[in-house]
Amino acid sequence: MEEKFAYIEGAEQPIAMHPKKFALWLFIVSVVMIFASLTSAYIVRQAEGNWLEFELPSIFWYSSIVIVVSSLTLHFAYLAAKKDELSKLKVGMIVTSILGVVFLIMQWYSWVALVDREVFFVGNPAGSFLYVFTGLHAIHLISGVIFLIIVLISSFGYKVHSRNMNAMEMCVTYWHFLGGLWLYLFMFLLLNH
Amino acid sequence: MATANTATHSATAHDHHDHEHHDNFITKYIFTTDHKMIGKQFLITGMLWAFIGGLLSVIFRLQLGFPDMNLEWLRPLLGGWITPDGALDPEFYLALVTMHGTIMVFFVLTAGLSGTFSNFLIPLQIGARDMASGFMNMLSYWFFFVSSVIMFISLFIETGPASGGWVVYPPLSALEQAMPGSGLGMTLWLIAMTFFIASSLLGGINYITTVINLRTKGMSFSRLPLTIWAFFLTAIIGLLSFPVLFSAALLLVFDRSFGTSFYLSDIYIGNEALPNTGGSPVLYQHLFWFLGHPEVYIVLLPALGITSEIIATNSRKPIFGYKAMVISMLGITILSFVVWAHHMFVSGMNPFLGSIFMFLTLIIAIPSAVKVFNYLTTLWRGNLIFTPGMLFSIGLVSFFISGGLTGIFLGNSAIDIQLHDTYFVVAHFHLVMGSASFFGLMAGVYHWFPKMFGRMMDARLGYIHFWLTFIGVYLVFFPMHYIGIAGFPRRYYSWTGFEFSNMYTDLNMFVSVAAIITFAAQFIFVFNFFYSMYRGRVASLNPWRSTTLEWTTPLHPGHGNWPGEIPTVYRWPYDYSKPGAKEDFIPQTVPLSATPESNLPHEQELVKLEKEIMADEETELVANEAKQV
Repeated sequence: MEEKFAYIEGAEQPIAMHPKKFALWLFIVSVVMIFASLTSAYIVRQAEGNWLEFELPSIFWYSSIVIVVSSLTLHFAYLAAKKDELSKLKVGMIVTSILGVVFLIMQWYSWVALVDREVFFVGNPAGSFLYVFTGLHAIHLISGVIFLIIVLISSFGYKVHSRNMNAMEMCVTYWHFLGGLWLYLFMFLLLNH
Repeated sequence: MATANTATHSATAHDHHDHEHHDNFITKYIFTTDHKMIGKQFLITGMLWAFIGGLLSVIFRLQLGFPDMNLEWLRPLLGGWITPDGALDPEFYLALVTMHGTIMVFFVLTAGLSGTFSNFLIPLQIGARDMASGFMNMLSYWFFFVSSVIMFISLFIETGPASGGWVVYPPLSALEQAMPGSGLGMTLWLIAMTFFIASSLLGGINYITTVINLRTKGMSFSRLPLTIWAFFLTAIIGLLSFPVLFSAALLLVFDRSFGTSFYLSDIYIGNEALPNTGGSPVLYQHLFWFLGHPEVYIVLLPALGITSEIIATNSRKPIFGYKAMVISMLGITILSFVVWAHHMFVSGMNPFLGSIFMFLTLIIAIPSAVKVFNYLTTLWRGNLIFTPGMLFSIGLVSFFISGGLTGIFLGNSAIDIQLHDTYFVVAHFHLVMGSASFFGLMAGVYHWFPKMFGRMMDARLGYIHFWLTFIGVYLVFFPMHYIGIAGFPRRYYSWTGFEFSNMYTDLNMFVSVAAIITFAAQFIFVFNFFYSMYRGRVASLNPWRSTTLEWTTPLHPGHGNWPGEIPTVYRWPYDYSKPGAKEDFIPQTVPLSATPESNLPHEQELVKLEKEIMADEETELVANEAKQV
């Protein structure tokens, strides 16, 4: 019976996309809505005046570069997995995970830089919003790093290869999304602070 | 035909049971991943909440209808919330209306309605073994359960549950000093709602994925029953709007517990200024209503979908304007996101912006009217069968009309200045959203009870329940329009203190009596529900002679729904009373080639194509069976 189930479910999907991948996209939509609403709230609040003006920490530029590079290394790992070059895959995954952690550390230092210029979480909403954006993004990024590490571990168990790409593809989608989300937030802040 | 089928079906079903059921009590009834059981879990929890929510409303109706009554007899239940001289504590009155709103909107009409029927019906009606992810589905219920427990606990804490209205506007909700309920009660409210949002998102992601990815062969979008369309669009609305509520709640948590000033500015308490500056309470209203308005349709659309299905089945007629129904639901879905500020006409918003939102709001009347028109034209000259489910569906249409009309007044930014936050609003949304959705829920339970539990509910008790509730709802909410036009605000503890409103005492007493009778009538339903579950007449496989796929499953479908192959779909779900057909309904699983006598010319052309596909399948099936041996 179990076997029959598997056959039927595999054969009768009218759309090629894996349901879990599709669910990941829907999850991404809900994360987009969270940040869309927060950035809209930022604009609405900013339009009302009484807004603290301050310079963004320059470390944001470097952390943006790190996150872009991490996307590139992950893509490198993805291509390696597709061609079954498993040692390259492992290197790519390790580098990406390290870059992810480096990004998180840099975001922490951006908070330190903000405190240095006396922009606090508690105070004018201009600063509070910045902490909320970076903090909430960092929480999502931690989940992304955990996902990276899970795929990394399974790549050491030879479970990621050209015929078993589901987890890898989902991980790639999520990580690129988180990188893109940060670039959106950074650009939004550059244009609207 | 039916009897022969029953015999073979139940025989295979038993085989199936023997092979498959290694479930123990816990995996079958508690931590289950079977969508049918999860649907039932949502239903039972929703019913419990409905009784708590209803009971709260009866308590505050006692205060409003009989302000001088000695409520000492409620002391065993409410304890210190009854003041020493036997009256209801005014603070607790506010908690009652707040919790009544929260419970009814979120726990009953979102989780109890959408959670029950999306879970139960989506896989059964599209021909899937289960949801895309059974585990996520289980999590969805248990997040809802945790949320329920926390909200329930908040009812019993010393400072009382959240009391700032179900919309929890800051600063009232943000400052502990504002009122007792804004302390621990409000914190628990926020935690419970966070779990609720997570539950809704997990459920919604599952519903959308399942509808898109797991439809059976032949089940194209244009052959989906309207119930599935409604659940699908509801899930999309939820997916887009609940994250925004999360943002609003998150910033509120920061304001409450960390001292930020997103919503707070220039507040003096006891002549002392609070440190918060630069916040904007209207910001919260924007964020909240960006969820809050779509939430109305999250509540309503499933009920409308259920109604479409039941009215078509029991009129023995195809639904009138299937495409128009789908397009109007799509229209409602899109419009629901661009009308939120009509809740804020008097918040000091730019009047020009108000005009835009008024215009957008009034446009919603068009798809809504299309839907009403289609319900009525489906009923028109049909062979009506008045099952309890059908009566509740017709009741829904009635409330949708009478409550929808007042929406046209309220959507008007000028008239809203008089009517805003009065009992006119209360009457409006209790009819169009509350009662209509509640009737959709009831219609669904009566209609799909045979599929859920394999037995029929008692129809006579169903009729009594319907008439008492239907008349009761109008008696409760119709008079409120007058009180509202007179300008009396909602959420006030007492009428008698004002010159212009103290003549409404009798009317309020009338409303309260009607509310208590309506509430009491619901016990008929509860008795019927639980009695029929064990003692009801055993249902036939297709008691309503319906066309959709769920009625092709065994009487007690196991996990996996169909014992053998999933049936293939060859036609749309509304082939009722087709001219020339032998019976007055043709199930979706009957190929066009089997019904040459009733096929329309364009369908006759499809027969050839259908035969080719079936031949292909036959070879595939043989190959598959060979492989298994």
